[in-house]
Amino acid sequence: MDMKVADRGVTMSGHDTGQPVTRNEQANHELSIRVRDLNLWYGDTQALKNINIDVFQKNVTALIGPSGCGKSTFLRCLNRMNDLIPSVRLDGLIEMDGRDVNEAKMDEVALRRRVGMVFQKPNPFPKSIYENIAYAPRMHDLVSRKADQDELVEKALREAGLWNEVKDKLQQPGTSLSGGQQQRLCIARAIAVQPDVILMDEPTSALDPISTATIEDLIDKLKQDFTIITVTHNMQQAARVADYTAFFHLGELVEYNDTKTMFANPHTKKAEDYITGRYG
Amino acid sequence: MRQSFDDISAQLKGRHRKSARLKWMSMGALGLAGLFLVFFFTDMLIKGLPAFQQAQIQVQVDYSERAQQLPLAAVEEDVRPLVSRGYLRLIPGRMEDNPDLLGTSRMEWVLADGQVDQYLKGHHTNLNSKEQSVVDQLASEGRAELKFDTNFFTSGDSKMPELAGIASAAMGTVMTLLVTLAVAFPIGVMTAVYLEEFAPDNRFTQIIEININNLAAIPSILFGLLGLAIFINFFGVPRSSPLVGGLTLALMTLPVIIIATRTALRSVPDTIRHAAFGVGCSRWQVVRDHVLPVSMPGIMTGSIIGLAQAMGETAPLIIVGMVAFIPDVSATITDAATVLPAQIFTWAGEPDRAFTEKTAGGILVLLTILIALNATAVVLRKKFERRW
Repeated sequence: MDMKVADRGVTMSGHDTGQPVTRNEQANHELSIRVRDLNLWYGDTQALKNINIDVFQKNVTALIGPSGCGKSTFLRCLNRMNDLIPSVRLDGLIEMDGRDVNEAKMDEVALRRRVGMVFQKPNPFPKSIYENIAYAPRMHDLVSRKADQDELVEKALREAGLWNEVKDKLQQPGTSLSGGQQQRLCIARAIAVQPDVILMDEPTSALDPISTATIEDLIDKLKQDFTIITVTHNMQQAARVADYTAFFHLGELVEYNDTKTMFANPHTKKAEDYITGRYG
Repeated sequence: MRQSFDDISAQLKGRHRKSARLKWMSMGALGLAGLFLVFFFTDMLIKGLPAFQQAQIQVQVDYSERAQQLPLAAVEEDVRPLVSRGYLRLIPGRMEDNPDLLGTSRMEWVLADGQVDQYLKGHHTNLNSKEQSVVDQLASEGRAELKFDTNFFTSGDSKMPELAGIASAAMGTVMTLLVTLAVAFPIGVMTAVYLEEFAPDNRFTQIIEININNLAAIPSILFGLLGLAIFINFFGVPRSSPLVGGLTLALMTLPVIIIATRTALRSVPDTIRHAAFGVGCSRWQVVRDHVLPVSMPGIMTGSIIGLAQAMGETAPLIIVGMVAFIPDVSATITDAATVLPAQIFTWAGEPDRAFTEKTAGGILVLLTILIALNATAVVLRKKFERRW
């Protein structure tokens, strides 16, 4: 795909098909989530306009863009967290495993079982560290015996790189941990139910730089097993962790591209301006 | 124009005076309230504490065959008017229970008549001068004393002040409140959970919400009328029973519990709900496993305060017939019963001076239980308070 400078700022042909403009040759290209013509309104205000995007399995896809551009709204569509907001209305297709996640037969609880979520502010349950992890698998009947449960808690905490720090205080409240540890606890909680996709809504924006680096390393490791879609305000972070980056602006998906290309040679003027810090 | 510090200070003087005045006025209000409280408690204690003591006199009791027929004959004529008639009436029964007593005669401490009690406490008495001199004689021999009155806590109401106790009223209060709790707590909490966590925010739920808030402000006597009309006249629940009293008070307590529960639920941060939805909880699991445990202290505090309020309520219970003369402690929630505030109300209307004491004593008991309930609410809140 060869874009000339003159073409910049024009809606690209790739956008309509949901495919990234440039492919990352090392990346896995099995489809995880396919979104077609997604429109979303909060009351009368349209927040997402004709979004088309293909998210690939076991990749990190970063959603970037200025505040209010719809990236978090889009993220919450993927596990139907927007259902909790009464004024939201949407149309279009969000397809996972050949099923429309918004179809009448789809149970949003089942969807969230396969599409986990990590939030902006660490929000462990006001329960013990152990219970934070064990609660959801037990609820979904993934484990019944106590020994299996212990094993699963340890595995999830190890995967989240938290085990060594908390193994001696599993019965202490999850909220007693530091902010970065709490966020890793939330990630461990999300992976404990073995989802396919993990959505992360600015997972490091409330954390200090060291905790942020730990989480970024963790994201890099987790993409071996999970499809990760992360919203971030921090463009360096997108550049560091993401295989693909999608740039949103005013509710539109302006450019979806291989991360390297996006940062080195963006194909749209808006993305270039945003990435070079001209606005945002 | 530039102002010097002195100029500015001069302008400020009036403002400072005003704030000082307001401060003194609010401190004065607080002091006045405190003073009323101290006055109230001192008055109650001075008037009520003597109610926990009752006069007893030591007399010769003859367990003769004649006394079996005529209990008055058990004591000598000169002290006969000084002994509680209620006590004398029990003598034949005691002889039946214990036949060995028959034919014996012994010195015993017996409950004195209420007038003796009042005389010994230095209050106005109806004893004539001859009787008074007998009491003086007994007292000088150490045979007339004020002793701690366990009877006050173990027996029901009586027309003889020396025999009157609050046990039946206390039991009535306990049973009534249990009914209230059993009805109002689950319904109130579930209503609040529905309104707060499940119901859509539309005109219909807004109207319900406004009406619940209004219900909390309705004069309690109207709830009594409602209870009379619905529970007694329509459903045929026995009158004067803790069941009907409890149901009526439950109507009154419901809005309090609903409002307290909604406030407690609303104070649970949404991040906890999102976390729970995020791991795939159904709405009910979110509420049961995450929202309710966190809001429980608030719910319990609100409910206990609602119950304490119901416990002090008299007006609606008058309407459903719970202001009654109940000499025996009722056994079930369908027996006729009375409650503490109603008992206080009854005693306050008695002309006999001895009942004034009983009234104050009853108030002390009621206040003690109320303070204990409120303290429990505070302790529960502190104990289960969690940070997130």
